[in-house]
This record gives sequence, C-alpha cells and structure tokens, in this order.
Amino acid sequence: MPNFIDRRLNPKDKSLGNRQRFLRRARDELKQHIKKHVATGKIADIDSDQAVPIPARGTGEPRFEQARDSGRREHILPGNREFTPGDRIPKPESGGAGGPDNSGRETQDDFRFILSRDEVLDIFFEDLELPDMVKLSLKEIVAFKPRRAGYSATGSPTNINVGRTMRNSLGRRIALKRPRQEDLDAMAEEIRALEAVSQPDTSTRDKIAALKEELDRLNRRRKVIAYVDPVDIRFNRFEAQPLPNANAVMFCLMDVSGSMAEREKDLAKRFFVLLHLFLKRRYDRTDIVFIRHTHEAHEVDEQTFFYSTQSGGTVVSTALEKMLQVIDERYPSKEWNIYAAQASDGDNFATDSQRCIGLLDSEIMKRCQYFAYVEIIDERESDIFGTTENGTSLWRSYSRIDASWPNFQMRRIAKPADIYAVFRELFARQSSSSSDN
Amino acid sequence: MASKTRSGPLISNSDWDFASLSRVYDAIGQAAEDELGLDIYPNQMEIISSEQMLDAYSSIGMPLMYRHWSFGKQFLQHEQLYRKGLRGLAYEMVINSNPCIVYLMEENTMALQALVTAHAAFGHNHFFKNNYLFRQWTDAGGILSYLDFAKGYVARCEERYGVAAVESMLDAAHALMDQGVFSYRRPPRLSSEKEREGLREKLEYEERSYNDLWRTLPPTKDQDGAVDDDAKADERKKSLNLPEENLLYFLEKNSLVLEPWQREIVRIVRIIAQYFYPQRQTQVMNEGCACFVHYTIMNALFDKGIVSEGAMLEILKSHSNVVFQPGFDDPRYSGINPYALGLDLMQDIQRISMEPTSEDRDWFPDIAGNGNWRETLLEAWANHRDESFIRQYLSPALIRKWRLFVLADEAQSSHFEVTSIHNERGYEKVRGALAHAYDIGTKRPDIQVVDVDLLGDRQLRLAHTVRNGLILEGKTRDTTLRHIRKLWGYEVSLVGRDADTGATLYECATDEAAD
Repeated sequence: MPNFIDRRLNPKDKSLGNRQRFLRRARDELKQHIKKHVATGKIADIDSDQAVPIPARGTGEPRFEQARDSGRREHILPGNREFTPGDRIPKPESGGAGGPDNSGRETQDDFRFILSRDEVLDIFFEDLELPDMVKLSLKEIVAFKPRRAGYSATGSPTNINVGRTMRNSLGRRIALKRPRQEDLDAMAEEIRALEAVSQPDTSTRDKIAALKEELDRLNRRRKVIAYVDPVDIRFNRFEAQPLPNANAVMFCLMDVSGSMAEREKDLAKRFFVLLHLFLKRRYDRTDIVFIRHTHEAHEVDEQTFFYSTQSGGTVVSTALEKMLQVIDERYPSKEWNIYAAQASDGDNFATDSQRCIGLLDSEIMKRCQYFAYVEIIDERESDIFGTTENGTSLWRSYSRIDASWPNFQMRRIAKPADIYAVFRELFARQSSSSSDN
Repeated sequence: MASKTRSGPLISNSDWDFASLSRVYDAIGQAAEDELGLDIYPNQMEIISSEQMLDAYSSIGMPLMYRHWSFGKQFLQHEQLYRKGLRGLAYEMVINSNPCIVYLMEENTMALQALVTAHAAFGHNHFFKNNYLFRQWTDAGGILSYLDFAKGYVARCEERYGVAAVESMLDAAHALMDQGVFSYRRPPRLSSEKEREGLREKLEYEERSYNDLWRTLPPTKDQDGAVDDDAKADERKKSLNLPEENLLYFLEKNSLVLEPWQREIVRIVRIIAQYFYPQRQTQVMNEGCACFVHYTIMNALFDKGIVSEGAMLEILKSHSNVVFQPGFDDPRYSGINPYALGLDLMQDIQRISMEPTSEDRDWFPDIAGNGNWRETLLEAWANHRDESFIRQYLSPALIRKWRLFVLADEAQSSHFEVTSIHNERGYEKVRGALAHAYDIGTKRPDIQVVDVDLLGDRQLRLAHTVRNGLILEGKTRDTTLRHIRKLWGYEVSLVGRDADTGATLYECATDEAAD
C-alpha cells in the first residue's frame, strides 16, 4: 500500500525567489530593453506585460564545452534509405556548424519571457527617481470604497445589524414556541392565588402541583431556547466598489521643429508616459490627443508625433489654438477632465509668446485640470539656467502664468530624473486627496 | 483481493480518485511481482498541479533545492515553452530516493495515472534500486535530508554573507559541475571526524619525532638539479593526490582562499553533481526499463480484464507517442529517442531469449534461446550502463529495424561521409559507434588537475586530454577558467594535449583570458 499525498494545495510559485534573483542579475539588459520599448512603443502600452528576450550577458552559464568546429565526430542516425558506405553528403550551409546533431539546439535568444506589469514599471521608474509613495500609487490600479451590499451571517461585531438580528430572533422564538414572560408571570400568579387559599382541597393541591410542574417545564424550555441565538445574528455586508471615475483626456503638445533631436524627444516621451500612467490609474477612460506644431499645428497619430519630422518655424500659439479647437469639438470640459502636457525646447517666434499667454490666461487654464510644461535643455545648460528666471522667451512668458495659476507647472529638464519634479504638485494632491477618502 | 473479484474493469472511466488510485496501485504491484519480479523501494505518490510540475522542472527535478538565479532562468524557459504550447509537461516525475517519490499530474486521466504509476513507481523505481551505478554512487535514503540541509545552509549563508557573495560562489561551482564528479574511483568515505582525528595524530607524531638537530645539517649538494626538481614535483603531486579528475573536490580540499562556508557550498554543488552522474549515464536504460515495465504490466492487466478496452486504447496512444522515433530526415527528428531505443533493445532481448533466429545464436550465444527473458533483463538492468548495454545487446536485427547508419563528421571537410550502414560489414561498427556516443567520457571534456606548486607561484595547472581533436570552445573556456581562478585564488592555466600523440594543441591561462 503506497503513501498517497495530495500536494495540490501546497503553495505554488516556489520558484518566485529564483525568478527575482534572475531578474536582478539581468537587470541592466532588461533596463536597456525597457528603455528601447519606451522609445519605440506606444505611450498607452508602456504599463502592460511585456515579452523580453532572455538576456545573454550576465546570465550565461559557462562550462567547458567542446568547440563545434573542431575535431572528428561520428553521428549515428536512424532511418537510412538510400545511403551506402562511402556516400558523401554536403554539409548544410547554416553557419558552417550545422551538424545533424545540433538541429534541436536553441540559442539563448530564442527564448522570450513575460515581464509582469509591476516588473516593467519597476524598471521604468528606476531612473525617474520617483518617491516610493508615488510609485505605489501609480502601480495601484483602482481605488476602492466599501459599499453596503446586503447582509451576511459572518462579520465583525461592529457590523452587527440589530434590526435584522432581532427580527430573526423573534421569528425563531415564535416558531419554536418559546414561552413568553407574561405567560410565566400569569402562571406564577395563579399558583400564588391558589396557595393563598387557607384550606386547599385535594383538587386544588393537584392543580397547584400540575401548575408547578408546567411552570418548571416552561422555565426549562425558556432556558433552552435562547432569546438571541448565534444563528439569528446578521451583519452588514460591505463590498469594495471601485470609485466612480470619469473620463480624462490628455493633450500632448510638442514642438517638432528641427531643434528637437532624438534625446529631446526621448525625454519628452518619458514625460508624456508618466502623465499617462497617472491618468490611467485615476480615470476609467483616458484619451490621448497628440498635437505637434512648427509654425502650424496638426493633430496627428502617435507614430507621426514621435517619428516624423517637419520643417518650419516655431509658433507655439498654433498648438494651443488647435488644442482649444479639439476641446470644443470633442471634449467638453463638463464631461472630461482635461490634462495637458507640453514639451518644447523653448524656441518661439518672437512676438508669439504674448499671444500664448493670452490664450492660456483667458481660455485654456480655466478648462484644464492641469497644465505641465517642460523645457528640455542641454545637460550643460542645466547648470546655467537651473534656477534663474532667465531663459527663452517662452520660459519668461510662461513664468507669469505659473505665478497666477496654481494648476500650471513648469520645469526645465535635462535628464530623466528631472521629469518627476514637474508632476510633484499633481501627485502630492492626488495622495492627499486619496488619503481623505 | 476485492479489486480482482469486481466484475467491471478497474481502470475504465476517465476520472480518478484516491481510492481507485490505491486499488490500481495494488493491482499493478501484483502484476509487477508476478510478471517481472521487480524489487522496489517503497513509493510515496504525490499528486501535483501543473504549476507545481513547472516548479519541479526548474529545480532540476528535486523537491527541494537551494535558491539560485539559474533555476529562475530555467523556469522562465520552461514556462514560456509550456504557455506557448510548444511543449507539454511530463505526466510524471520520479525522484531517486528512499522512499521513492513519484509526482503525478492532477490533469492525468485514470488510464494515464495507471500508466505512469507502472512507468515511474515500478519501472524507474526498480532501476534506481538495482542498477549498480545508482547503488554505488547515490545514497537514496539520504538525498532528501541532504538537500534539505543544503537549502537551509545556502539560505543561512545568504543571510550572513550576502546574496551576492553566495551567488558568485555558486556560479563558479556550477561552472565546474561537469568536472565535479569522480568517474573512476569511489569518493573517499572518510567522515570529517575521522579526518580530523587522523590529522591530529599525524601532527602529534611529527611533534614527538621532531629533532632540532636535523635543521643544522648542511643542505645536500645534488649533482643534478633537474632530477631533484622532478623528484620534488613527484613528491608534491603525491602529497596532493595528483592528477585529480574531480576539480570541485580538489578545490574544496586544497584551495587556499576559501572560507569554511565557501568550501561547504562547493561541496554541496559537488555532491549534487555526483548524485546526478549515474542518471546521465543510464538515460536509455532507465527510460527503456520504465517503458518495458509499463508496457508489460499494462498488457498483463488488460489480459486479466482489469483495464477496459477504451482505457487500453488511451494507454497505447500515449505509449506510442512516447516511443515515437522519426527518421533522421523527418522534420520532427531531434536525435535518438532514448525511450524508443531503450524499449526496443529490451524487447529485442526478450525476443532473443524466447525465439532466437540463427543469426541471434551466432551473436548472442549465451542468451539466445535461454528461455528466461526475465532473468536476462533483470541481470542487464542491474549490471549495465548505456554504453556497455548497447555494446553488449544491440543486435543486427534491431540495427536493420532502425536502419541505423554512421556519418563521419570531419570539422574541416565540407562533407559528411557515410561510413557504415545496416549491413553485414557495418553491424559491428554501428554498434560500436552508438555505444561510444553514449559514453559520457566522449561528451564531457576530460580535464584534470596535474600540478600545483603550493610553495612557489601556486599556479594551478590543468590538463585537457584532447580526443579526436575536439578542443574547447574558446569563450566559455575562458570564463570557466576565471571561475576556477575565483575558487583557487591564484592563477590557473590549462594545457590541451592530444590523447594519441601527446602534442600540445593549445595553452591558456587566466591572466591572458581576462578581458
């Protein structure tokens, strides 16, 4: 008789620790991969599970191996049909090493594995230097609020529903015919009355005895059938319900004139991704509108937005006008939360900055939840411009908006770690409002 | 027995439960004894889910294992293949331990559970218990508690010395796993206590017999310095037991830089490598034995009416999937299927014992027609490994059935050449070549420690005996040498010498190999 053991309920994922060790080891290469993915993928897809190739560097397991292109070997193969000794068969051309025995071998690059959303975000966040609170809140998908949802037979004592409990108790007492206190009192009264008779005859004595016995029985019954029994108790049941979220639309505005090169666009993209992650978590539905501009603005798809260049001057106000137009057409601010993110290198047509201020001040800022502006500068410039109010014409003009509108944020960025500062305000509000709930 | 008197077949419907598993096990056990006379360890059958099977895959099939990133990598590879549907999971997994642990997948139908019970709990189990390699090299009773110790020990080291330090030690030791086994002699069985005792006695003796007078003697003037050097080298080689084929053992015992915990980790890796060494040499036999056992038992049970016809069809379908062998030009071909080869060899032995042809009588005079295939097979299972088994029992009839041929592959030439096929002149050669291909010595580069001067530069000198001109792949060789350097603490050099001519084919050392 063998020993049968059911292990199915044992914890699985025994290899989780090994998986984490492997990811840590492959971190650098995975980071490169995610970086590439951020640069080439769609903004909305950044935080999904991702297939990545098993990195070759750092995760090789070397051992002494015989070189494929050396020496003499013999292969023994089944299924000979036409060969006779002395036949020569040309070797396949594949890399010169293709003996029949390595057809089943797969190289390391053939394997891809899935990084979970959390793992992808961990790596994405790594050089953005986000505070931990923010990381957590970005990863969390929806906020829940407990909501009454009927009753349950189990729960914590604080949630006892007295009305329901007593109703059940009453029903049970009636059904089980629990003696009422009044009946008992009446019976006791009757006994007392009979006992008060000075010279009781036999029938009275019998009656008293019978009544006493009956009273005893009823008292016992009362003890057995409790007033409130555990089966009566009902608790209020709460269900975690996702908080109702509205729709949000995110406008990505970017200057695509020649001065925006690969590095600038990469930084801009990270900036947009971060805002999108934030919106995606907060709202049920997020739309993204891409508006690019030179001296004229167009609404384009994501591909065009990031990868095609257009020559021309730089007139920022055209983008703002376009944005207003799109809002009017498709995203009425009553139904949509409007977020805008603008990235630029700060160049603008000399007289246009004034017009931008006008547009922002009179129209856009009233409708927007939030407007973030980043000016992408050179690493070398960051020391010079880092704190001063000097700068490009656009920067100087926007500074005024910054002063008058609390939901306007602007920042100069030169490296990924600077991006978060733009959103600090936004995330701070978010975490304080979520702690209010 | 109640199960036998039941009217309906025991194995019929597709659902299993523990009661029927147990009845089926008893029926199979009865058949195993009646039909084959198997001798097995007690079994412990464990039902697991597919996720748990994936977990088991990635810890090289052991129920417990220490943590290391390479297992995580393996897990990801298996998981990926499985999720894509490129590869199914095994129906079962069996561990050479006492009691013998057999994992059964919960998804299996009743018929499959019966099949894998016969296959693993009886076939593999018998082989583990009786084959000479396993008896000699592995300690089935102790392996689980040893792994438990190893897992706990590595975890404690990680706590105390940091994950990175332990990981780099394991990386280095893993690189030498192939060179971390004793293939010629039995591992020394000195317990550590005895060892210490011996060392103390030796020290005491030296102290007792110490005489300061000897120090004052003037150094002897040797006429020939070279002879003296040679003698010295011989002396120190002898004291270190050189040459030594087990690199991990040598490093564990003689490295000057390893801390005690690092030595213990090297030892853990070495013991696990040694534990798996017999399995690598007996794949064909092990699987062949298990297939032969399940095939014989299932047929016997079907004859007794314990297996219904539907269940038998399902069993036969799985069986023929497992032992399927496509020809070399088939797109599905991926090498010789050890299940198929093993089963065919064993059924061929059965045929030769019972109904030999005159050719068989010429080739196998001692077993042809002896009428006792059971004894012949039990004897073969106990006393052979793949290489010797094929060399002894591959018959011309089987070579013809498989239409085996030998292809010579000279690395430099642009052609393969067919050297032997399944004809009168080729039988011996095909058999020899196939046996040779299963000789673990031909797959594993033969690298030994030949010399080290502990009082001099302490350079560890390794020698690679090159057979058939198969030299080492350069990149992995250099990284592996760096791993050895990490364990040894001083420079390491490797010389490749041709086995036949003794000519030096290549030389390299860690300081050059460093990039």
